[in-house]
Amino acid sequence: MIYILQNYWQALLYSDGYNMTGVAMTLWLLVTACVIGFFMAIPLAIARNARNPLIWFPVWLYTFIFRGTPLYVQLLIIYTGFYSLDFVRNTAPLNEFFRQGINCTILAFGLNTGAYTTEIFAGAIRETAFGEIDAARSLGMSQFKLYQRIIIPGALRRALPVYSNEVILMLHATTLAFTATVPDILKVAKDAYSATYNPFASFSIAAVLYLCISFGLIYAFRRAEQHFLAFLKP
Amino acid sequence: MKKILATGAMTVLALGFATNSPANAKSLTEIKFGVDATYPPFESMSPGGQFVGFDIDLGKAICADLKVKCVFVAQGFDGIIPALEARKFDAILSSMTVTPARQQQIDFSSEMYNEPTSLIAKKASGLKPTVDSLKGKTVGVEAGTIQETYANTYWKPSGVNVVSYPGQDQVYADLLSGRLDASLQDSVEADYGFLKTPKGTAYALAGNVTDDPKDVLGSYIAIGIRKDEPDLKAKIDKAIATIIKNGTYKKIEAKYFNFDVYAATPAK
Repeated sequence: MIYILQNYWQALLYSDGYNMTGVAMTLWLLVTACVIGFFMAIPLAIARNARNPLIWFPVWLYTFIFRGTPLYVQLLIIYTGFYSLDFVRNTAPLNEFFRQGINCTILAFGLNTGAYTTEIFAGAIRETAFGEIDAARSLGMSQFKLYQRIIIPGALRRALPVYSNEVILMLHATTLAFTATVPDILKVAKDAYSATYNPFASFSIAAVLYLCISFGLIYAFRRAEQHFLAFLKP
Repeated sequence: MKKILATGAMTVLALGFATNSPANAKSLTEIKFGVDATYPPFESMSPGGQFVGFDIDLGKAICADLKVKCVFVAQGFDGIIPALEARKFDAILSSMTVTPARQQQIDFSSEMYNEPTSLIAKKASGLKPTVDSLKGKTVGVEAGTIQETYANTYWKPSGVNVVSYPGQDQVYADLLSGRLDASLQDSVEADYGFLKTPKGTAYALAGNVTDDPKDVLGSYIAIGIRKDEPDLKAKIDKAIATIIKNGTYKKIEAKYFNFDVYAATPAK
């Protein structure tokens, strides 16, 4: 245990001396994926509730595909599958992008969490009380203002507790990153394991690190809920 | 009644353990070998689900010499030493190189064979397994192998981009896709697992590693045995010596290789 901590603490936390690894890499994956997913999900959630099937159907198909297949398979398709296509390798910007394992990983994670977040937000939008919309209309708000001031802020507030779950699940999903050669916490723990053959200590250290990150996320979301959902307090 | 049942159950359990563990038995009746069957030509699964390969044939020859039954147990390489310690099998027969780190955990038999570490790259790429040649290039290695340690020890600090992969298959896949300029693995694996396959025709051996001052590559390949079983080690050592002496080893070797894998000098 002490040997692993002495030899691997740096790689576990931020760097193996050459590349970003461990906690820093896991957090980077989590934050970029969740930012991409969040900003994708807001317009898609609105489109998901549209009346026109030409608008809602593509969004439904996207969330169906990404929620209906394992993230591991999605990562394999994006990392290994896409780069085996000639047109990807022959198009300079695509080649540049898909060559790097980290880009593929962030893309896969972002699209995956985006699909789940879309459904979370779309559900929250559907739960908007008719009275709020009627009141907004009676004040003469345009459709855009209605979404900007009433529907989106209300939906995001209602979605917060469910969304915090999605972020924590995303943290757990980052353990797949080494499939695309990205050295996250688990990869360093596996290195420690294959160097020492001490699986209990190696993976326990990884578990504690994930637990700390989860705790931080739970705390941040708790604070956010206290702030944004204060009006629900008894 | 309960007590009788409990004692009965304990006796059955005890008997079960006794038959499972040849260490406790007076005479050796079978040897269970742990095998990571993903490493042709040393060990792999035939389409019919049988263990086949050079290691498997050597193991069978050892068992035949000791007049015991041979049992092969599938086990992934990264968990193979813990599984040996957990007594899931009696010995590791999986192309395992003897290294000081591994020797702290387990014992090894005498030498089974030897294979140098080598670099493969596209034909006419001009790459050599040296820092000067590989600076700025991307080299793939399988995580947990001595080749990964080698590349990280000597090459990474000097500006070679070393990328670790969960499996050797993925290393070859990315060598083919062009993500990697070269890959580092042991020579026979490179030859059989890739260069001799239809996929590997555009690639060639770019040279063996010759420089290893810190001795990270270890020495030869042997059978791994738990430290508390010197009797088994002695028996296996004797059997290896016998099959080398009586020509069985040569016969098996000729089936797989066109060069001498026993006397190949360690890459130091």
